[in-house]
Amino acid sequence: MNLGTDPRWSEALGHLGDYLGSHVRVSVAALALGLAVSLPLAIIARNRPLLRGALLGLASVVQTVPGLALLALFYPLLLALAALTAAWFGVSFSAFGFLPAVLALALYSMLPVLRNTITGLSGVDPAVLEAAQGVGMTPRQSLTMIELPLALPVMMAGIRTAAVWVIGTATLSTPIGQTSLGNYIFAGLQTQNWVFVLFGCIAAAVLALVVDQLLALIENGLRTRSRLRTALGGLGIAALIAATLVPSLGRSQSRYVVGAKTFTEQYVLSALLAQRLQAAGLSATTRAGLGSSVIFDALTAGDIDVYVDYSGTLWANQFHRTDIRPRAELLGELKTTLAQQNITLLGELGFENAYALVMPRRRADQLGIRSIADLASRAPTMSIAGDYEFFSRPEWAGIQKAYALSFRAQRQMQPDFMYAAVASGEVEVIAGYTSDGLIAKYDLVVLEDNRHAIPPYDAIVLLSPKRKDDETLKAALQPLLGKIGIADMREANLRASGNDASSSPDAVARWLWEKIGGR
Amino acid sequence: MSVTPLIAYAHVGKSFDGGRVVAVDDVSLEVTQGEFVAIVGGSGSGKTTLLRLANRLIEADRGRIAIEGEDVSQLDPILLRRRIGYVFQSGGLFPHLSVTGNIGITPRLLGWPQAEIAARIDELLDLVQLDRAQYRDRLPHELSGGQRQRVGVARALAAKPRIVLMDEPFGALDPLTRDALGDDYRRLHRSLGLTTIMITHDMTEALLLADRVAVMRAGRLLALGTPAELSAGTDAYVGELLRTPRRQAERLGALLPRDGAA
Repeated sequence: MNLGTDPRWSEALGHLGDYLGSHVRVSVAALALGLAVSLPLAIIARNRPLLRGALLGLASVVQTVPGLALLALFYPLLLALAALTAAWFGVSFSAFGFLPAVLALALYSMLPVLRNTITGLSGVDPAVLEAAQGVGMTPRQSLTMIELPLALPVMMAGIRTAAVWVIGTATLSTPIGQTSLGNYIFAGLQTQNWVFVLFGCIAAAVLALVVDQLLALIENGLRTRSRLRTALGGLGIAALIAATLVPSLGRSQSRYVVGAKTFTEQYVLSALLAQRLQAAGLSATTRAGLGSSVIFDALTAGDIDVYVDYSGTLWANQFHRTDIRPRAELLGELKTTLAQQNITLLGELGFENAYALVMPRRRADQLGIRSIADLASRAPTMSIAGDYEFFSRPEWAGIQKAYALSFRAQRQMQPDFMYAAVASGEVEVIAGYTSDGLIAKYDLVVLEDNRHAIPPYDAIVLLSPKRKDDETLKAALQPLLGKIGIADMREANLRASGNDASSSPDAVARWLWEKIGGR
Repeated sequence: MSVTPLIAYAHVGKSFDGGRVVAVDDVSLEVTQGEFVAIVGGSGSGKTTLLRLANRLIEADRGRIAIEGEDVSQLDPILLRRRIGYVFQSGGLFPHLSVTGNIGITPRLLGWPQAEIAARIDELLDLVQLDRAQYRDRLPHELSGGQRQRVGVARALAAKPRIVLMDEPFGALDPLTRDALGDDYRRLHRSLGLTTIMITHDMTEALLLADRVAVMRAGRLLALGTPAELSAGTDAYVGELLRTPRRQAERLGALLPRDGAA
């Protein structure tokens, strides 16, 4: 593989305008909000030890919350708030993407700004403060003419730290629906596209360094009273913002957004859906890397227009059903339930991506294990790995109950790594996906579920309420329905988990389209 | 002849820490127009507190202080401070402002027109004998201690005050600079018709510069008078303070030729 000529670089570059622009917008908005709140608070608190302690304590606590968790927390919070405002004032807002990202990141930026502003202000020589009073300054004049200018270097250091943190943490806003440079990293991690991961990291680092240096230039200009440097730094920041705003202004508002969850198959399918829309002359974009519950709410709210979900997932997670029905019955009832929420179940793609307990074929043969029931007696000596959500999903409770399963240990893993983990014997069993190409690659076996503890997981195409009468959209997606068999999907997934140029979701989606007979 | 004193303290008292520390205890002192009064005392004698009561950097607990006949407690403290020059220990200059910025600060607060402020700064640089072109744009850290204090004096005089308060202005300077600055200020005091109160712990300096010297100890005004009057007094502490300059004068007189042809 030649790194320099790898076409994935140019593919990554193609997304740069969109990702970088969104990244800069969310970072700048968060930083501006953070500063607008932190600076006045710090100024008010500087002579009030109690308030100062409380603020710094609170900001420190916020800082200890991992960035991803903080972002994730704001989504349900805003969702509830949006529901409240809708009920009380009849106005709702989108709890998806930009808003929760800005709020969480703004909160994240507060500690360095608060701490450095308070430190900077309290570090001003008392003799100088006395002189300010002595020459006849009001407290406000003393603050603006003396204290703030003297505290400026320390304050700017805090602002620079906050900027770097915000830009870095903004990469984590992808799962709550905010496009950012994190899209490269999440997509790359899911599809083992290391070029994307590297590209995203480098882009975020370069952006952070550039902003840091521009802020340093402004700081230097302010301190040395050089208008030129201050202006250059300010112009640099303004140019950066302007450059990222321009492309989004020219963008048409009626574009379709295809959502994708956080695993390989979803990246491939969202690319496939987007390609079909584009082929039908519709402008379409993908919003990938969304959390499993975020994505359904995003569809309901109309933040995304279409995505592929799985019948069993909706059944258990969204509608909290524990009973298990035959496939057709479940689909029919799901369709009715979804229709009540104005969501269109357009149809099935043709394959099923069910959770399944999977283990190496050779080991299963040795132990004489063919079904989950056979596993039950061995389980106490075995460890099992699943994806980040599996063990908190109702299916897991259902399987445990139906087969009286109890494992020695449970581990959570990045889905693409767990197949290798079970193949190498690091864990004995994994909760894999039936459509995963790695099952064949590692010679694994899917254990039978004789007691039907796992519901059917047909891949289904869902349309948002605002697209329920959109015949163009429906017609564009119609050729996909019922056409994608399990073997094709497995092979597509295997291709997508490869680490070369032909394994990008777009390339695999094109391959899949040809494979199922599209022209 | 009844002249209203420019600065008048009448039975003024001030204590800190809820009355536990008495800084100024029943002090009465009148300073007339054009007079130069030095307040001498050790640390903790209350001299700095007494000075700051005049422009309300500290508020008095008891008694009455009048500036130009007006009770200071009835005046806006901000406006009061803008009409009284104040020279701080070792300058108290604003480190981020140039010489020009420092000197022009009070006129700027008073809203003078730019051109008038600029002209005033040039005038003041001449008065305190700093070269305009050379020093105008320097920052305080680019000045020597003596130059900083000259800027401090210029800043105090910028808004043309009638009264100047000086808080150990020359204390941190080397003896030669200190001597030159003291003499220069004394000349300004006279030529501009200022009324000055200067705090110092150095009796020699007080005797050489001031018309009258006030001696403070433990918050009380122990003695007040011209050098000759002080010398004639009987207070033991005052006598002790006067001993050093007196002995120095005698020794110098013996050591140095009287015609000054050294």
